[in-house]
Amino acid sequence: MLRNSVGEMMAKSFVHPYIPNSIPKIKKDMMKQIGIQNIEELYADVPRKFRLKKKLNLPNFMSEHEVKRFIETLLSKNVTSQEMPTFLGAGCWPHYVPAVVEEIIQRTELLTSYTPYQPEISQGMLQVLFEYQSMICEITGMEVANSSMYDWASALGEAVRMAARLTKRTEALIPTIIHPERAKTLQTYSDPVGIHIHSVDYDSETGQLDIEDLKTKISKNTAAVYIENPTYLGFVEAQVKEIAEEAKDHESKFIVGVDPTSLGVLKPPSEYGADIVIGEGQPLGIPMNYGGPFLGIFACRDDMRMIRQMPGSIVGMTTTMDETKRGFCNALQTRQQHIRREKATSNICTNEALCAVAAAVYLASLGPKGLKELGETIISKTQYAMRLLSEIRGIKTPVFKSPHFKEFTVNFDDTGKTIKEIHEKLLQRRIHGGKKIVEEFPELGETALYCTTEVHSKDDIDFLSNALEKIIGEDES
Amino acid sequence: MFKQARWKEPVIFELGHLGRRGHILPPVEKEIQQVVGDPKNQIPEKIRRQTSPRLPELSEVEVMRHYIRLSQMNYCVDLGLYPLGSCTMKYNPKINEKIAKLPQVTSIHPYQDRKTVQGILEILYKLSHWLAEITGTYEVNLQPAAGAHGEFLGALIMRTHHKFNNEDKIRTELIVPDSAHGTNPASGTMAGFNVVVVPSDEDGCVDLRALKDAVSERTAGLMLTNPNTLGIFEKNIEDITEIVHDAGGLLYYDGANLNAILGKVRPGDMGFDIVHMNIHKTFGTPHGGGGPGAGPVGVSEELAKFLPVPTVAFDGEWYYLDYNKPYSIGNIRGFYGNVGVLVKAFTYILSLGAEGLEEIAEISVLNTNYLMKKLEEIGSYELPYAKGRPRKHECVFSAKKLNKEKRIRALHISKRILDNGLHSPTTYFPLIVEEALMIEPTESFEREELDRFVGVMKKIAEEANENPNEVLQAPKNTAVNRLDEAKASHPKTMVLSWKMHLKKTTSS
Repeated sequence: MLRNSVGEMMAKSFVHPYIPNSIPKIKKDMMKQIGIQNIEELYADVPRKFRLKKKLNLPNFMSEHEVKRFIETLLSKNVTSQEMPTFLGAGCWPHYVPAVVEEIIQRTELLTSYTPYQPEISQGMLQVLFEYQSMICEITGMEVANSSMYDWASALGEAVRMAARLTKRTEALIPTIIHPERAKTLQTYSDPVGIHIHSVDYDSETGQLDIEDLKTKISKNTAAVYIENPTYLGFVEAQVKEIAEEAKDHESKFIVGVDPTSLGVLKPPSEYGADIVIGEGQPLGIPMNYGGPFLGIFACRDDMRMIRQMPGSIVGMTTTMDETKRGFCNALQTRQQHIRREKATSNICTNEALCAVAAAVYLASLGPKGLKELGETIISKTQYAMRLLSEIRGIKTPVFKSPHFKEFTVNFDDTGKTIKEIHEKLLQRRIHGGKKIVEEFPELGETALYCTTEVHSKDDIDFLSNALEKIIGEDES
Repeated sequence: MFKQARWKEPVIFELGHLGRRGHILPPVEKEIQQVVGDPKNQIPEKIRRQTSPRLPELSEVEVMRHYIRLSQMNYCVDLGLYPLGSCTMKYNPKINEKIAKLPQVTSIHPYQDRKTVQGILEILYKLSHWLAEITGTYEVNLQPAAGAHGEFLGALIMRTHHKFNNEDKIRTELIVPDSAHGTNPASGTMAGFNVVVVPSDEDGCVDLRALKDAVSERTAGLMLTNPNTLGIFEKNIEDITEIVHDAGGLLYYDGANLNAILGKVRPGDMGFDIVHMNIHKTFGTPHGGGGPGAGPVGVSEELAKFLPVPTVAFDGEWYYLDYNKPYSIGNIRGFYGNVGVLVKAFTYILSLGAEGLEEIAEISVLNTNYLMKKLEEIGSYELPYAKGRPRKHECVFSAKKLNKEKRIRALHISKRILDNGLHSPTTYFPLIVEEALMIEPTESFEREELDRFVGVMKKIAEEANENPNEVLQAPKNTAVNRLDEAKASHPKTMVLSWKMHLKKTTSS
């Protein structure tokens, strides 16, 4: 017997603030109009054997105040980076989010709208996304950007697949120094279509890509050569011209992954021959959010063959039919799943549009000068931290002799302590150290990846340095 | 009468003035400056940026005004009915936003020590269990960023399952109905399958005979949404699952249409092996003009070992991230999922409870059938397929008659709806309906608002007879009149960035 007998239905008086038609009188009237006695009649075609015969085992509904109190109590078990200086980066970075960014992405007109399928009534979102794409083009130097991918890792998967379609080849070269989650995501995206991924070694002293190894591994089968700048371990890859030439000589696509906050100080990838630029847009006004939602950047050159192979939505500028007014709408939709179905360049539909709005507001707020100052500030903080930490006995930082931006490796081999011990003791002092990368790069020994940005004050860095000095010195006595 | 704001708002690159600033960074401390010197010198010249990016230069005041003006030229669910079929544009509760903005959500790093993130881990752990309960699946993974991302994961799980059984070389075909969402076949291709399309029967449901013909030893699985894109419940679901399972295939449930059956019937109980949910549809999180969403995937016990790493686990004392899954398909993204969105779903489920979720299903279905009845009464819009059968979350009308008689197409109707201060339904989908208008009201709108929509549809039908130009020339009350979308996609006229615009205007 089903739970919702007529008697029970009538007895039910569940009026919920989110469900305006939940009052019994309206329900009854509407049912009458349809010609039914009971809402159950609308489910009559659901086979009885599959009908749920019990109530879902979920908490009972709570009032808004109770919900708030309940979740706040749960969340109070978290320790935020505001309460504890945190030196973690590795693809998710602490940055200040200007108030104006928070304000605009909470505008309900943008927040609660759908993908702009009816452009005339959605000009606001469309223009913001066009401006986002345009600003991504300005900082990366590319000419076309899409209006977002899920994150950097999935953007890499899509970029390599795009290169494979363009070149009709089945191999891609990536650096050995890459975020393992990014490399694994690429593997997941590549496997089903038979793309093989090979890693190119690095110079053990500088961390720079081993050009000789690249030359050995690149061939007429190479669809894409991928590098990152700055690299996963924080240093800048300086041999970009040489790598680009290798790719060009073999007619492989050159894909560059970026942290966009570096592009006020680092050469835009367009200037060293990138065909596709991807990256993580999170530092552009999007909080860490425990790892998501983030913003996958995806841009390419103004080349019709490439543009037609791009994944995701692209907003274009057009005019009204009578050509009297400028306007914006989705362009080149014949690449996309809702038109092309199984022949689409990607299956992506819902993307990270509101994160793209945040990035647009962020870049518009910073302007060219702000972006440059951001990059320089980050370099200064990182340099300062590396110098200070390297004075501590037993610590070697950075591991690689190369210029660094935002992140740097710290090796504890000569401290006589493991990273685990040091990490625990830092936590006791309410400091969160960097990411342990011992499992990822065993050849680097007891090494962690530290991160400093404009949010880290000199006091924060000094506090870390003092703590490390004490922790390392402690047990020796 | 409705008139949307019509700001003549320039593109941001045309605004501002050299030297203006919208944000100032904290200065680098003097002591650091002394130690480090000019930061520029840290970067070798060959990799240093020489020319500034041409970003706009605006004060904070101008930035704010620009985006507020743009936002006023954007329709949203807080303004009224947004009846896009299969999009479930429901109300987005404000408490969810408040919770997701707390620093205990926004300011925690994914690599923090588990001791410092017990709160968020507990939320994710509980949420995944609640979603498993709601869908009748064994284990739910929260990582996919969107529905299509979940579909990709689901298709990969199928692939891995067949590989586990040494059948991946043979099982290369993924079956989708011709009424399926576009993401289904696209996800199949992404996961390396050949997509086989099965036709619908005269009721708009899966044609069982065609399905029997389509399955073989090559079948990897079937992707299905139930209720389907016509809003009709696939009543032969037991036969469908049997046909596919007997052939050795798996069943995938596209959760885009889950709203109608919450607490009524569960995909897992119907025999589906893999299920995705659209958090931004069913669980009330905002669409953000395209995203972010979240697309968790639930699977049967047999398939749980293939889910991506890490999963959130609990050892009786601590919540932690479990990477120990040797059969996992691997990673589908960085980190663990769109946590900022998932927290809103957690809030939503608490705000409704089991009873509230079932009420959502009931009222969304009641609203659909009410709208359907009222729209049928107008007489100008036809309801193809399954006469007399109730619809669930959505219904699909055809403007075939108006097109034939008056050359007024679904496109024109949708534009004229905009003129009345409402959003239009989804048009030209599903593909099996000519001149389709696909309508999903959700549970979020009061009868008065539904009646307003019916009134607009009635008025348009009248205009089609009496003054068709009003309809053909729509929209006129929106921020811009009808746009030339073909121009935006033609290689000669295409402008995809401001840089391209400058290039085109200087060269011509």
